[in-house]
Amino acid sequence: MKAIVAVKRVIDYNVKVRVKADRTDVDLANTKMSINPFCEIAVEEAVRLKEAGVVSEIVVVSVGPKAVQEQMRYAMALGADRGIQVETDSTPSSLDVARLLAKINEEEQADLFILGKQAIDTDNNQTGQMLAALLDIPQATFASEVKIADGRAEVTREVDGGLVTVEVHLPAVVTTDLRLNEPRFAALPKIMQAKRKPLVVKTLDELGVSLSHSIELLAVEPPAERQAGVRVASVDELLEKLRNEAQVL
Amino acid sequence: MMKTLIIAEHENGVIKSATLSAVTAAKALAAPMDMLVVGSNPAAAADSAAQIGGVDNVFTVENAALAYPLAELIAPLAKQLSDGYTHILVGASTFGKDLAPRIAALCGVNQLSDVIEVVDATTFKRPIYAGNAIATVKSHDATRVITVRGTAFPAADASGGNATISAADVTVGEAKVRFVRADVTESDRPELDSADIVVSGGRGVGSKEDFSKVFELADKLGAAVGASRAAVDSGFVPNDMQVGQTGKMVAPKLYIAVGISGAIQHIAGMKESGVIVAINKDEEAPIFKVADYGLVGDLHEILPELVSKI
Repeated sequence: MKAIVAVKRVIDYNVKVRVKADRTDVDLANTKMSINPFCEIAVEEAVRLKEAGVVSEIVVVSVGPKAVQEQMRYAMALGADRGIQVETDSTPSSLDVARLLAKINEEEQADLFILGKQAIDTDNNQTGQMLAALLDIPQATFASEVKIADGRAEVTREVDGGLVTVEVHLPAVVTTDLRLNEPRFAALPKIMQAKRKPLVVKTLDELGVSLSHSIELLAVEPPAERQAGVRVASVDELLEKLRNEAQVL
Repeated sequence: MMKTLIIAEHENGVIKSATLSAVTAAKALAAPMDMLVVGSNPAAAADSAAQIGGVDNVFTVENAALAYPLAELIAPLAKQLSDGYTHILVGASTFGKDLAPRIAALCGVNQLSDVIEVVDATTFKRPIYAGNAIATVKSHDATRVITVRGTAFPAADASGGNATISAADVTVGEAKVRFVRADVTESDRPELDSADIVVSGGRGVGSKEDFSKVFELADKLGAAVGASRAAVDSGFVPNDMQVGQTGKMVAPKLYIAVGISGAIQHIAGMKESGVIVAINKDEEAPIFKVADYGLVGDLHEILPELVSKI
């Protein structure tokens, strides 16, 4: 069984973003970049499925400039077998990435697609669902548990009311939630080995996909900041403030 | 000519608040508004939908396969109805987030997630980077498929409307997916995303047993109960109580954060609250930077005292 895992290079989880002075975008110059945490969970899940003998090959795909190879190599250090980079300096939309993955799949014919549920930069939460739509296959989003047997995946999903379990026929798309697993650390020998794993670079032209550019970014502003309030010394003072000053009790 | 279609999320014949917020967002478009209500027995929900002020037509799809709302089945229904609609709106609940991208891809368009402001018919604001930046985006697609963040738009009045109800002329397909079971958290408390008061606990609460102190305070206040990711990961409470970037977005009149340090990802989920109270033993905790009232101390003493004095 072949699994395709898509990964995105994003600002590191622990770095606070700043908006550029001209308010055209956020300032990512000299910022630490990492694999999107949900994508890392996706890679880990694929690796665990491979270790369990369910998945035989893991193909990691990323879309972006040459720098994304850093995150692809990281995915390979965790256990992905080979990589396909779609090289572009433009910023693709979720639909663009879904179209590229669908195009790549014409050749790859994967049984399972594992994607992070959202990227922590754009917070879109779209690509997995769009890929499933384009391929006309089921989607199990926001997964916290994945069990695969007999050409089906039983997936527990984190939804607003609690947990929902669905059974999807493969091929299918699974998008990962936070509690699906805890990714391992990449050991140094694995990091060295990952440098020698095959990584193919494809262009948009080669794949015959052009980017949609239908969402135009007009401005990026910092959010309205909350003013830090006051410290109260006791429960009595807190209740007095809530009753008389804030009038919320 | 603009026209808006809203996909309803409903339960037990009641239209969910996420959908009512989407109606409020749709009103800002000032265009005719229709609503799609699907289910195995959607009649009661359709009646509720028809009473929402501003809704012109309610279209229903009744099919046993729709007993659980599967995106694989609903997205093609929305696609079949999409002709003539310039906007398709869904609440940004897990229902909407699962569904909207699938609709957009079937329509061949991009999607706008978690919209917090309608600037004009094609321009919207939405948070990025866990709400640490607000993007203004313009959509050049013919159909704008949008999820609406509930905390940014008040719920529309569920009464005062008089929409026409009719069965949609669409075909329900076959899905290669089967609903197995739901493990729903049963609670008599208000819903997290629509409560006036929310009391949330973090890792500092200490244990699953100690979380009962958070519940006691919430019950005294008639509040909903939330949690930080750390509290959920530690197994104190179930996942559906998580407030934050990847959990629920809340904006109650009063938010009380107990034993929560205030990671960026948590603050993203609650900073639109009216009044924020932080109770934490660490006076350097970042949560105090967004709190209107901060109380430094041991929550195990403070919570019982609060309960006794309210």
